[in-house]
Amino acid sequence: MNLNLWIIPLLPLAGATINGLFGKRFSNKLVNAIALGSTALAFIYAIYVAARFFGLPADQIPHIEHYFTWMTAGTFMAEFGTYLDQLSLVMLLIVTGVGFLIHIYSVGYMEHEGGYYRFFAYLNLFMFFMLMLILANNYLMMFVGWEGVGLASYLLIGFWFLKDSAANAGKKAFIANRVGDFGFLIALFLLVKHFGNLQYETIFKGLAAYPVEASVGVLTAIGLLMMVGASGKSAQIPLYVWLPDAMEGPTPVSALIHAATMVTAGVYMVARSNGIFNRAPIALTVVAVIGTLTAIFAASIGILQTDIKKVLAYSTVSQLGYMFMGCGVAAYGAGIFHLMTHAFFKALLFLSAGAIIHGLGGEQDMRHMGGLRKYMPKAFWVMTIATFTISGFPPLAAFFSKDEILWKTWASGSHILWLIGIIAAGMTSFYMFRLWFMTFFGEYRGPVPEAGSHGHDADGQHAGHAGAIHAQQDDAHGSDHGHGLPHESPMIMIAPLIVLAVLSFIGGWVGIPAALGGSDRFDHFLDPVFHSVRVAEPRGESAVAPVEPAEHEDRGTELAFMGISVAAASIGFLGAWFLYYKRTDLPAKLAAAAGGLYRLVLDKYRIDELYGATIIHPIVLLSTNVLWKGVDATLIDGTLNESAAGARDISDGLRHMQSGNIRSYAGWVAFGAAVVIAFMVWKGVQ
Amino acid sequence: MVPLSYYLILSAILFACGVAGFLIKRNIITIFMSIELMLNAVNLTFVAFAAELKALSGHVFVFFVMVVAAAEAAVGLAIIIAVFRTRETLNVDRVNLLKL
Repeated sequence: MNLNLWIIPLLPLAGATINGLFGKRFSNKLVNAIALGSTALAFIYAIYVAARFFGLPADQIPHIEHYFTWMTAGTFMAEFGTYLDQLSLVMLLIVTGVGFLIHIYSVGYMEHEGGYYRFFAYLNLFMFFMLMLILANNYLMMFVGWEGVGLASYLLIGFWFLKDSAANAGKKAFIANRVGDFGFLIALFLLVKHFGNLQYETIFKGLAAYPVEASVGVLTAIGLLMMVGASGKSAQIPLYVWLPDAMEGPTPVSALIHAATMVTAGVYMVARSNGIFNRAPIALTVVAVIGTLTAIFAASIGILQTDIKKVLAYSTVSQLGYMFMGCGVAAYGAGIFHLMTHAFFKALLFLSAGAIIHGLGGEQDMRHMGGLRKYMPKAFWVMTIATFTISGFPPLAAFFSKDEILWKTWASGSHILWLIGIIAAGMTSFYMFRLWFMTFFGEYRGPVPEAGSHGHDADGQHAGHAGAIHAQQDDAHGSDHGHGLPHESPMIMIAPLIVLAVLSFIGGWVGIPAALGGSDRFDHFLDPVFHSVRVAEPRGESAVAPVEPAEHEDRGTELAFMGISVAAASIGFLGAWFLYYKRTDLPAKLAAAAGGLYRLVLDKYRIDELYGATIIHPIVLLSTNVLWKGVDATLIDGTLNESAAGARDISDGLRHMQSGNIRSYAGWVAFGAAVVIAFMVWKGVQ
Repeated sequence: MVPLSYYLILSAILFACGVAGFLIKRNIITIFMSIELMLNAVNLTFVAFAAELKALSGHVFVFFVMVVAAAEAAVGLAIIIAVFRTRETLNVDRVNLLKL
């Protein structure tokens, strides 16, 4: 059977090419038609593929398509091909589906922006690379997609490239990712060395010959290096620093790339490489520990952020930590499940935040919001669903996915990780409800211009930061329509929000655990992907036993743990309610009481400063003094300049031979002839 | 029969005269004649060797040299006339516009 999977990535690429090359002359409507059309077609085709996929017999999964050989070098071979199994199918539907919704939303959000065609060309380019990443049938193609989404991310973070902060944020993201990609690349080299090539088939088959490594072996090295790559792309400790800065990009970009899809590529890669990680328990433990630490670390930073997008950015980092935590205890299904629900609710959160920012004319500081419930009822309701989802209240989506991760972490015996996870869950609930109360409840704290005033006299009052970020947006808005009072966003922005809200509500129901009377269908659906390698192994018992299915555990215990999760979420809710609704004077007093600790968290633990002092500053010094002034200016330029000066000096001497005096020429000719004759006579004598 | 060395010595003397004239004289016509003198010294060598060795190629070379000399004389004289028209002198030391 041939599913022609190549069509899916090619559609957005075509859209990107047309819009990118010719879009400047197109009207916005035509740009929309091309960008949205190609994405919509890709989504529809993905649904068709999904329908066909369910009809495939089990022995034809994974469905692999080979198109052509990309390169051969000795025994190494890389080809273009696609690999469709349950995992890539889930990713495919998430990326095309959420991507399409965000494309629709962007039409409304970017309406007043310059570079409209450029934005959509980049967005489609991103879709192309992301689809290539998830559909690849070898690690090399995955790497191409991996780098490509990094490029698209860079371009879109720096979309308002005239602004220094946006350009710098783009560079930061790109360089932080470069560090991670370095690790990934070395992992690929190791794979080539030990398995011959990078085809998934070859590697997954070859893995059967490898026993579980008790100590550090080659698979552990590969796993750890892959995790370096994943921590760059998926913003985990220690490379997470780029993601909060990436919020400089337009909000739909934050939703699509820096929340729903691209940043989950690392999780996908770890899940895809489960055969490797299952045989490298040390690497797996590192994944779990990094994930858990990131979850609580980022959550604690999120608590004190005042920029609405920054809160969500740290929340994304934290939720990605949960996914790695799930993968790290070999519960890949749980990790991917959370990836899916997260794609829904985090896209929803970002897009709602975008709707709020749009409705306030570019205001991002939550201290200038408040009471927006009255002005934006629709945004309020979708945001409410998203907030309750991410906080983990049943029966919303994230409750099931997050709880599954926490439960499997406990069941795997990592009780400390579970404890940290549950505390982070409470923090998540707290900072999300803090955001919710600060934005939608209380009185509107933003500037209310006098009647008839047009544009944004508010800019001067903004915190300089927030004002600067959207200065360009403000200009665009200001010239078009004034922002008297906050207003609801146009329907084209609200409609995708509603779809995402529904998905955030019911999206978790595909994975209701057995303890609650469900059948855990999502996990069972993905099971073949995560067990196929184990089955192929002759000594099955030597592989890391994945977490025992919940049925084997005491059902009562699982229910009790769900209770604890809900309790943690409720405590977070109550805390936020008390501090940011009931007693709004308290936070300031608490902050004063906490003193240094408060400022430390407010400054994001000064990690950026730490990196600046320990890594960036020395590198800059080294580059300036040794590489630039030493190697470049002295050695390379010096050699070049000196040889040029030498040539000039020699020529300066020689040019005097050309005197312009005919008789001196004649003399030289006679002299030369005499020398030749003398030479020949001398030769003859010899 | 005159020995070969006589011809060669005469030819060397003629050639040396040509070189000396070529280097010493300032009049462009004289220099030109010196060049002709050198060419003919060479011609003499050629025919002397050709007669001595009973080889025809030496004669053929002489004809070639004469043809080239004729062509050179035509072009050279034309250049001299052109130079004289513009510079109004035949002194090569004053035809020095290409000087540094």
